[in-house]
Amino acid sequence: MNVDDRPLSPHLQIYRPQLTSVMSISHRATGVVLSLGLVALTYWLLAAAGGPDAFATAQAIFGSWIGRVLMGVWSFCLFYHLCNGIRHLVWDTGHALDLEDVYRSGYMALAGAVILTIVTWVLVAIF
Amino acid sequence: MNYRNPLANARGLGAAGRGFQRWWLQRVTAVALVPLTVWFVWSLAVMSGRGYESVIHWIRTPWIAIVLLLFLGNLFYHTQAGLREVAEDYVGNELAKLLTVLLIQFICAVVGAAAMFAVLLIAIGGA
Repeated sequence: MNVDDRPLSPHLQIYRPQLTSVMSISHRATGVVLSLGLVALTYWLLAAAGGPDAFATAQAIFGSWIGRVLMGVWSFCLFYHLCNGIRHLVWDTGHALDLEDVYRSGYMALAGAVILTIVTWVLVAIF
Repeated sequence: MNYRNPLANARGLGAAGRGFQRWWLQRVTAVALVPLTVWFVWSLAVMSGRGYESVIHWIRTPWIAIVLLLFLGNLFYHTQAGLREVAEDYVGNELAKLLTVLLIQFICAVVGAAAMFAVLLIAIGGA
């Protein structure tokens, strides 16, 4: 059997990026970024179990500028993955799969992620 | 036209009949993580201004500890499932793919055990 005559998709560099494709790969990218955040969360829990001194060190690291930037990035990634994940779960039921719905839910997921991130940091500022 | 690679036919690659369980567990943990994640982020946000004692008191509350363990269990399962999927899709070499998947699962198991042990230590271990 000849495998050379199979139809091929254009290369990624030739394809014009679309909302659909960019959001699809972003779901995986944010998932990978979040798995690193899980290591940070584990460190935070271990520090809490380690006593007041260990916990104070952890809080200082998360409170530093690099800690704050990471927390900001992780919070957005988390809410993006959450909102887009709900979109995927709806698709799994076989609904909202036509192009119009896919674009509408895409914009909804993006807006949801931005709003939830802002709400979270407003809560942090209040409490 | 047959789209299957002759090598895939020769090696017997393809549907093993076990794929559904992996797909299903990824969705089950995803559904569980929607409320658990919102609860966890909310809790962290409203506790952000408080210190060590408050965090320990929070984790020691029995229902909090149980929900926290459920959150972590779902989170680590979902993380290894997602990372494994990414590795299986993007790592071309079969040996490298196998080693990457093993590494992902070992690291998730170790970090996950540490995170859940930290919660147990605080909740019932007197840390």
